[in-house]
Amino acid sequence: MAVFEDWSTERAAQVIAEHRHLEGATMPILHALQETFGFVPDPAVPMIAETLNLSRAEVYGVLTFYHDFRREPPGRLVVKLCAAEACQAMGGKALAAYAEEKLGVDMGETSTDGRVTLEPIYCLGLCACAPSALVDGRLVGRLDREVIDDIAHCVANGTSFGDA
Amino acid sequence: MKSHRIFVPNDATAVACGADRVARKLEAGLLARGITADIVRNGSRGLFWLEPLVEIETELGRVGYGPVKPSDVDDLLHGGFLTGADHPLCVGVVDEIPYLKRQTRLTFARIGIIDPLSLTDYKAHGGYRGLERALTLGPAATVEEVVDSGLRGRGGAGFPTGIKWRTVAAAPADQRYIVCNADEGDSGTFADRLIMEADPFCLIEGMTIAGLAVGATRGYVYSRSEYPLAFVVMEKAIEKAREAGLLGENILGSGLSFDMEMRMGAGAYVCGEETALLESLEGKRGLVRAKPPLPAHKGLFQKPTVINNLVSLATIPVILDKGGKYYRDFGMGRSRGTMPIQIAGNVKYGGLFETAFGIPLGELVNEIGGGTLSGRPVKAVQAGGPLGAYLPVSQFDTPFDYEAFAARDALIGHGGIVVFDDTADMAGMAKFAMEFCAHESCGKCTPCRIGSTRGVETIDKVIAGERREANLAILTDLCHTMKLGSLCALGGFTPYPVMSALTHFPEDFGAAPKLPAAAE
Repeated sequence: MAVFEDWSTERAAQVIAEHRHLEGATMPILHALQETFGFVPDPAVPMIAETLNLSRAEVYGVLTFYHDFRREPPGRLVVKLCAAEACQAMGGKALAAYAEEKLGVDMGETSTDGRVTLEPIYCLGLCACAPSALVDGRLVGRLDREVIDDIAHCVANGTSFGDA
Repeated sequence: MKSHRIFVPNDATAVACGADRVARKLEAGLLARGITADIVRNGSRGLFWLEPLVEIETELGRVGYGPVKPSDVDDLLHGGFLTGADHPLCVGVVDEIPYLKRQTRLTFARIGIIDPLSLTDYKAHGGYRGLERALTLGPAATVEEVVDSGLRGRGGAGFPTGIKWRTVAAAPADQRYIVCNADEGDSGTFADRLIMEADPFCLIEGMTIAGLAVGATRGYVYSRSEYPLAFVVMEKAIEKAREAGLLGENILGSGLSFDMEMRMGAGAYVCGEETALLESLEGKRGLVRAKPPLPAHKGLFQKPTVINNLVSLATIPVILDKGGKYYRDFGMGRSRGTMPIQIAGNVKYGGLFETAFGIPLGELVNEIGGGTLSGRPVKAVQAGGPLGAYLPVSQFDTPFDYEAFAARDALIGHGGIVVFDDTADMAGMAKFAMEFCAHESCGKCTPCRIGSTRGVETIDKVIAGERREANLAILTDLCHTMKLGSLCALGGFTPYPVMSALTHFPEDFGAAPKLPAAAE
């Protein structure tokens, strides 16, 4: 399971410094911060703005434009189910409803106990082995109820998904 | 005794279907039996229903077994598959599989055959011959070779690639850029991903040729967070190319320089639109720019920029190697060369099928794709991604060609076709098209931003049977406004899936069932 560092201004400054030399550094910095902390907390915004000589509004605008960037920590297990057409053609919608029921969380939400985040994703390019998912960073093709049961089991027991 | 060579694919599809576990199981099984063997992680042949497709090198050629589950490995080893022995999973010599044999693989010639990160393999299979010839020809003749090939943008717009290059080469500038659009967001497409994962040097070579031809020294590949494996493979390949002197200063002693890097999107579909992509690369919100100015004049950081789809750039090496005329001789009408058609969704034999333009849609779905995986009748296919039209079976005679699709209010887009069986609810799919547009709209222009939300509401009313005729008139009018009034293809093309679903499947929108059509 992905383990993230606790927020620290020093660590964030270091991450920002590592990428500031790049052309168009905003996106690489946001990705790197999210990779480090699991999300991009609000105090990071003025830090990025100052480093790149941008306004806070500009950085905030970028942070909130892209679906991937989080401003809140994700659940311990992040489950992204493909919601695009090829997966719908293979029963993706019914599986998504099943996942909501089994995981006890609505699509696009993190459970109140912080165990799991369930989100739609628009196309993993696994359209010839649909439906597909990205579970804790692992790609899953030919998704079925059995795999969702496995995921629910991992969530309930706090164990990692995969490798079984 | 000669060591065995075993190939276990590591493209995202194979991995998503358990290829890593198969490889580990195989390694352990070989060790336990005291057998020495090389396990090569090749890309993928693109025959995805067979993944993970394990191949063994034999005197007859590479014999395949698939789809292999980790639990099959012991049985395979026991059954002597290392010598190509028969087995229920055996599919014979892979090159002889009809699905593969009837393709014309030019852009995808090496996928699944080579180790993606071996430059030796790449060169042994024709790699870098294109660049060498480009260096002999010089920049201007290289551009003309691409013009001659008739190659058109494989992202969907179909603009002649060579003309774009000519414009950039002629634009005065202190810095020019090559940008590869690898933001392959269309459902039902995976061609870009497959090149990055299975033949990354092909893209690097193509971008290098582009750079040298138009005088650009820097390149970016803008890929997607949804493609984590592709990103890693590309970064490794770029590093290897640099170490080998194939990127950087004085490439192959030519005195010319070109270097490139990977960038990752963040889940915004609209960034597949070229100007939104450039904004994103610059570190901004992915807002679409008004054109003109064209990116060829004012692109990345306002500098002249070649922005091409990944498949277009990955086709450059073969064009330079074999000549523009060789490439142009494939295809039909104004659609020259080959297209990697991606067969996906509810289909028996899903995968990548590269072939010359002109093949009828029905042949792709029924003969090559084998019909639906569910075994039910085909109802429709969506061609060209979420902004592409739904084509009914009655239009399966349409040849795969930019103009033939356009004549039927459809588009080939990036070459994806998604098959649906008769359980599909086309009003639901039309609504999804509007929902997707609303979700992904960058918000800059009103027809797309507001129109998509109103579209969802109006389709809901139609589905609920509320003032059906009046609301259908509103929906049609709304689609007309979006098509003509949107700044880019997101709002402009969303009417294709909506209107095609409505036109061809009115019964799903509450109309009386259509009588069987008389023969045309």
